[in-house]
Amino acid sequence: MALEKRSALVIAFDSTTDALAAERELGVRGVAGRIIPLPREVSAGCGLSWKAAPDARERVTAVLDEAGIAWAGAYVLTI
Amino acid sequence: MIYLDNAATTMRKPDCVVAAVTTALTTMGNASRGAHEESLAASRMVFGAREKVARLLGCRRADHVAFAANATEALNIAIAGTVNAHENVITTDLEHNSVLRPLYRLEAERDVSLGFVRADEHGRPVYDDFERLLQPNTRAVVCTHASNVTGDVVDLRRVSAFTHEHGLLLIVDVSQTAGCVPLNMDALDLDLVCFTGHKGLYGPQGTGGICVREGVEVRPWKVGGTGVSSFSHEQPPAYPTRLEAGTLNSHGIAGLSAALDFIEETGVETIATHEAALAERFLGQVAPLDGVTVYGDALLADHAPRTAIVSINVRDYDSGAVSDELSQVYGIATRSGAHCAPRMHESMGTAERGAIRFSFGWFNTVEEADAAAAAVREIAS
Repeated sequence: MALEKRSALVIAFDSTTDALAAERELGVRGVAGRIIPLPREVSAGCGLSWKAAPDARERVTAVLDEAGIAWAGAYVLTI
Repeated sequence: MIYLDNAATTMRKPDCVVAAVTTALTTMGNASRGAHEESLAASRMVFGAREKVARLLGCRRADHVAFAANATEALNIAIAGTVNAHENVITTDLEHNSVLRPLYRLEAERDVSLGFVRADEHGRPVYDDFERLLQPNTRAVVCTHASNVTGDVVDLRRVSAFTHEHGLLLIVDVSQTAGCVPLNMDALDLDLVCFTGHKGLYGPQGTGGICVREGVEVRPWKVGGTGVSSFSHEQPPAYPTRLEAGTLNSHGIAGLSAALDFIEETGVETIATHEAALAERFLGQVAPLDGVTVYGDALLADHAPRTAIVSINVRDYDSGAVSDELSQVYGIATRSGAHCAPRMHESMGTAERGAIRFSFGWFNTVEEADAAAAAVREIAS
């Protein structure tokens, strides 16, 4: 069975600690998404990234910035 | 059996610690080694444990808490990762070999010079020595928070004022105090705090770590797999990964995490009060006995705050012989000998026969303290 590709927002982090802090903060705020392995298209970042709907960038980054959680990059990819 | 060797390790752990390790052994993957649920379970647990350590010890950033196998490994990381060739380090006669040997190695291999703040005959640091020992090339002060021989707590506020007045790094060994003496590294301006998980934190052996103040650069002591930046030849620079090459002891850290919950719920002050009451009760019964010598400044009017340690000798007996008698005849576990603190015993005049250390913990009782005192009374009579 072929893997189905879809457009998604991917947030990369410099450290796993940041990714886990993001997961908890976004979870507490009820922001949809989940941790996935960092896609190969993204060269910078730790091994974990946050995957969400492609139009969620503003909401996700606003929550992270407000919580003081550093993120390394935000990308909309077909993965 | 009466276990009074809590300064070596707290043998009895809270039930939640045992349960957490057991669960971790069958449910957790490798932390930071993937995004499947089993790996994430480990990653989340380790992340939570970092936050609890940061809260307990007053480290501003949880991602600056790096786990290690024990305080010795953490101290090796701190010392080897910050001191450069031809620099000077000030330390104290109170230190454990976990501080002394990494420093002696730098002395031999990197031409690092060492200055020792003396301990007086009661084992108290001679604080004026810090200024006397200062050199133009002094890089750091490495200092214990409390002696593992006498339990006397070092005045870190005073040491911190000295180090920051002169722009020195302050590395603190909290092996004897984490979990039983309140500590806030941020408020005290401590740069590097090295802890062990299996003593006053009531976690499993094989756990410990280092808290790094934001902005302090520590070179990695070991390098290797991290689960991130796999194609880089260098250890990733971000904390805590920078200091955590290789698979973490996540099973142990799961136990430590549960232990930190236990401490947070019980309260460091409550634990300290209980342990101090037992030590005082024991001390009050053995100190007046003919033939018993008490070490440290516990019997002085201006004594320092201390952990729940009472170190004694009985008549002219070898400390090992007395400790063995306590174990074999009375079923009481104590620690004799030099306690890996050679300079402290030299200062107190006990290098030859050491001392018998009674160290009390949260799970000890008044009855146990009294039974230990009665045993000492019999041996001394």
